[in-house]
Amino acid sequence: MDNLLSIVTFLPLVAAVILAVFLRGEDAAAQLNAKRLALAATSFTFVISLAILVQFDPNDTGFQLVEESEWLFGLTYKVGVDGISVLFVLLTTFLMPITIASCWGVTHRVKEYMIAMLVLETLMIGVFVALDMVLFYLFFEAGLIPMFLIIGIWGGKDRIYAAFKFFLYTFLGSVLMLVAMIAMYVDAGTTDIPTLLNHQFDAGPMSIMGWQIAGGMQTLLWLAFFASFAVKMPMWPVHTWLPDAHVQAPTAGSVVLAAILLKMGGYGFLRFSLPMFPVGSDIMAPLVLWLSVIAIVYTSLVAMVQEDMKKLIAYSSVAHMGFVTMGIFAANQQGVDGAIFQMISHGFISGALFLCVGVIYDRMHTRDIDAYGGLVVRMPAYAAVFMLFTMANVGLPGTSGFVGEFLTLIGVFQVNTWVGVFAATGVILSAAYALWLYRRVVFGDLIKESLKSITDMDRRERAIFAPLIVMTLLLGVYPSLVTDMIGPSVEALVSHYDTALANHVPDTHVAATH
Amino acid sequence: METILLFSPLVGALIAGFTWRLIGETGAQAAATALLFLSCLLSWVIFLGFDGETYTVPLLTWIESGTLFTDWAIRIDRLTAIMLIVITTVSALVHLYSFGYMAHDENFKEGESYRPRFFAYLSFFTFTMLMLVTADNLLQLFFGWEGVGVASYLLIGFYYRKPSAGAAAMKAFIVNRVGDFGFLLGIFALFWMTDSIQFDVILPMGAELAQMTITFLGMELNAAETIAFLLFIGAMGKSAQLLLHTWLPDAMEGPTPVSALIHAATMVTAGVFLVCRMSPVIEYAPMAGNFIIIIGAITAFFAATVGLVQNDIKRVIAYSTCSQLGYMFVAAGVGVYSVAMFHLFTHAFFKAMLFLGAGSVIHAMHHEQDMRNYGALRKKIPLTFWAMMIGTLAITGVGIPTTYIGFAGFFSKDAVVESAFAFGGELGSFAFWALIVAAMFTSFYSWRLMFLTFFGEARGSKHTHEHAHESPWTMLAPLAVLALGAVFAGVVWYNSFFGKTDQVATFFGVEYVDTYASGDHGGEEAAHGEAAADTHATEGDSHGSDHHYVFTSPPGEGAIHAAPDNDILNEAHYVPLWVKVSPFAAMIIGFLTALWFYILNPSLPGRLAAAQRPLYEFLLNKWYFDEIYDFLFVKPARWLGRTLWKGGDGAIIDGGINGLALGIIPFFTRLAGRAQSGYIFTYAFAMVLGIVILVTWVTLRAGG
Repeated sequence: MDNLLSIVTFLPLVAAVILAVFLRGEDAAAQLNAKRLALAATSFTFVISLAILVQFDPNDTGFQLVEESEWLFGLTYKVGVDGISVLFVLLTTFLMPITIASCWGVTHRVKEYMIAMLVLETLMIGVFVALDMVLFYLFFEAGLIPMFLIIGIWGGKDRIYAAFKFFLYTFLGSVLMLVAMIAMYVDAGTTDIPTLLNHQFDAGPMSIMGWQIAGGMQTLLWLAFFASFAVKMPMWPVHTWLPDAHVQAPTAGSVVLAAILLKMGGYGFLRFSLPMFPVGSDIMAPLVLWLSVIAIVYTSLVAMVQEDMKKLIAYSSVAHMGFVTMGIFAANQQGVDGAIFQMISHGFISGALFLCVGVIYDRMHTRDIDAYGGLVVRMPAYAAVFMLFTMANVGLPGTSGFVGEFLTLIGVFQVNTWVGVFAATGVILSAAYALWLYRRVVFGDLIKESLKSITDMDRRERAIFAPLIVMTLLLGVYPSLVTDMIGPSVEALVSHYDTALANHVPDTHVAATH
Repeated sequence: METILLFSPLVGALIAGFTWRLIGETGAQAAATALLFLSCLLSWVIFLGFDGETYTVPLLTWIESGTLFTDWAIRIDRLTAIMLIVITTVSALVHLYSFGYMAHDENFKEGESYRPRFFAYLSFFTFTMLMLVTADNLLQLFFGWEGVGVASYLLIGFYYRKPSAGAAAMKAFIVNRVGDFGFLLGIFALFWMTDSIQFDVILPMGAELAQMTITFLGMELNAAETIAFLLFIGAMGKSAQLLLHTWLPDAMEGPTPVSALIHAATMVTAGVFLVCRMSPVIEYAPMAGNFIIIIGAITAFFAATVGLVQNDIKRVIAYSTCSQLGYMFVAAGVGVYSVAMFHLFTHAFFKAMLFLGAGSVIHAMHHEQDMRNYGALRKKIPLTFWAMMIGTLAITGVGIPTTYIGFAGFFSKDAVVESAFAFGGELGSFAFWALIVAAMFTSFYSWRLMFLTFFGEARGSKHTHEHAHESPWTMLAPLAVLALGAVFAGVVWYNSFFGKTDQVATFFGVEYVDTYASGDHGGEEAAHGEAAADTHATEGDSHGSDHHYVFTSPPGEGAIHAAPDNDILNEAHYVPLWVKVSPFAAMIIGFLTALWFYILNPSLPGRLAAAQRPLYEFLLNKWYFDEIYDFLFVKPARWLGRTLWKGGDGAIIDGGINGLALGIIPFFTRLAGRAQSGYIFTYAFAMVLGIVILVTWVTLRAGG
């Protein structure tokens, strides 16, 4: 299969078109068909995506499975994967069938819901495989449209506000990234990502309106991309859209948002910022590290006082993404390995946590922590599953949550012990908010009248959690499944970064020789 | 064999946890228990057959990233072998005991299955504890470390209906995490310095680390000191040392077998194990060592004072555990790791015994735990009484000084006290006196417990007393086995842990030489000659004066390490006679005071408490640590969280952005207008516009 990546990318879109064109009616049978088709399409996509895994050679640090062809207006369609991106593709294809299965109970405009999900999948995979800047931008920005629809149509009562907030945050970042991409094209004469990766953008000092800018062009480009990726991550202080978006989104929307969409920012940092603007990254790294630490401590503290389950988990996501940005800009093997691992692992864990909320939300129609208590009495299976993912969220060794946290921390500790120490307090704080949540929801006696007849998870719900449980434990016990895949590419990235920095003559040095 | 030993508890946990519906509750319990006895048997085989040579059984790669490499492996050396028998023996007995103890529990309703879950947790705990002690790198040790933390969390919160149990479970986990925070930083620092966290690599580097400098938080610090200090913070959390001790008394919310296994014999000693395991580094970190002594000594004293006035039978024993752990740390801090392990070893038996005995009392008294409602139980439950009596004799250290006659605690406690004295200097005498006073208090509260429970008048509910009954054999048999340990563990292994240096060296697989032959013994011989007459050893007199052995292994070889100038193990045998007798004296004073207070003059304690109200309240409220922490940490953290949320996220960030966008939002809202999802298209339009600009630009450039 020469065009394996394209097949994986566009298969969900094809299914979406089929749904849109051929499926008629709003009755229960039609709804079920829509769900079945979507589930089949996403499952099939996942199966095919496994072929990527088979064909992929981790020791080759270049791009693999590359496809290239002419496209509209003289643009190039180019896709491919390397060790950095390949697992994100698989994460997406793995999680989508689970997501679809989780919205089996939806009855409102099911066909459109399924279409939105399928289109979203194509766009998300597209982000991770795109090897052309324009293509990347297209996927990156377009992905938000179905997400907006999902929040806006199937969301809670304040969905308009949440969507606007997101819009305002994203808009500025996107515009700046666009400007930066144009500038890059002007400078390098190409939109081809592999070529750009080896292009050296000018890093000489620059003066704009009397302001001396160290790292010049690279720093400016870095900042422009940062504006976009930081919002997507989201990093402190541009994180406040996320809790609102999560609270308003339906369960499946939250799962996709937390598990996959949040990873685009981190992936962007690894694909663009670090390798293309090493000097800019190096100059700005302290800022990112400190913002990450603030994110970890600040949002953990905020998570501790939340009364809404989804908000709490959303804030916890921001904290966990703090570990990611911290690891990336530690810019050493452990840091970057850890960051990627943390993103993959967070995909399973945060997805599962939002599903956990979904399970009881479906039954009680409230996310209020106070409305629960003592669920273990009637829902032992649920209590066990929730416990496992709470512990994974806390970063318990033996679950995948630990590996990423540990690697990013050990990576950053070698760069800056202050950052390492403050970030490590997240270990304490995460335990505090996560266990506090668990205790209030699950422990205690079941005395609330409304909960007296609540039922434990049914077969479908258990089946949804099963693969997530397996992955969380498997990656926790044998993380080499991931690190073997990403290791060589990360090593190449880090050495590319270090070489670029070594070759770069610092500004002060230039001044001294003259 | 090692693999079976390690994994059979895990298999037991899985069987009990997941298949009990198929094989029945009793089947699940029996399976878990049988597998643990298997594990226990194999542990003894390894322990008795162990020749002192360290070996490793690799299992699977774990975390690999660049130069960081860790795997799952089983490392067996003397430290591990000791821990193996402690863990599996106590655990197997506790499993057996739980058959009886957990048979009927009022915390659960009719028809609720809690027993398989309980056994699954117990077995899971045992597995993680075994992972901890068999680790061949710090990270696997940390896995076990956190794993036992989770098991402990689950078991403390086992009675999930009780809000206090949920709170205690959470507190235990979080306070332990504070320690883990230090532990993790220690691992990071170690990796930074040595590029490894494998014991094979890092332990031999102890002396080198002492020469290195680490830039930590802007300070230039000695690497060995920093690492040792950070790792010890972890040990403080797990072993409930002062400042991080507050979780242990609350952990008594868990069922009593749990307290015996986890919160007395095994998990809480993990900190001591860690310090001993890292002895090649700690040895070269004298300041960190001193810190360990100080914390250990103060904890031993502090916990003993609180234990004096507690009324809950389990809390008395919990504070006693806290205090005894302090003893172990003092021994480790002064550099006599074998003695720290000795006390860990004997303590496991007699403390597990006391807890299981207390459990038997509680079982007999229908879950009444307040000693004020006990009394005169000696005749009702005679076997339990005798078991508790043996435990008490062991913990108070009954034995005849300078002889080989005594209970287990007598040997190990005296060894700790003598080592502390031999350490010398102000710190040595401080530790010595703190431990002596603590020994006196230990004796007092232990006898107080005995007198209040088994002697005097029956107090409290008449009905409960009338129905008090002796426990079933499943509960009494473990007590009998532990009684053997509490009586004989000290005397049998005395020479291995605290004999002459050559004996200890052989036991722990460390090389030694006889420096007498090389002639540098001359000066010391005179000084020791006199003291040698008083040594415990009867056949050792001639050895004592003729030979002076020292450990010579380089760091990392053998199970423990002593720096070349560390001769405290040897000197501890030559302390003055009054030092050897003083723990005995303290024990007698404690016993007599308790006798006077609770048998001869039972109204005295009440009057004394009334007369010394502030002191009594201070002790009863555990020196107000909980209140202080609540004030210093819990409340401010919640306040800060709320402020950051409402103020930071709400007012400043959102406020700022909304203010900025004040003109824009209404515009879009109008645009959105009637069409429900109008804003989507606005956004899409903006994006498409962007793409068009980009594409146009690219095409134009390409064309030009």
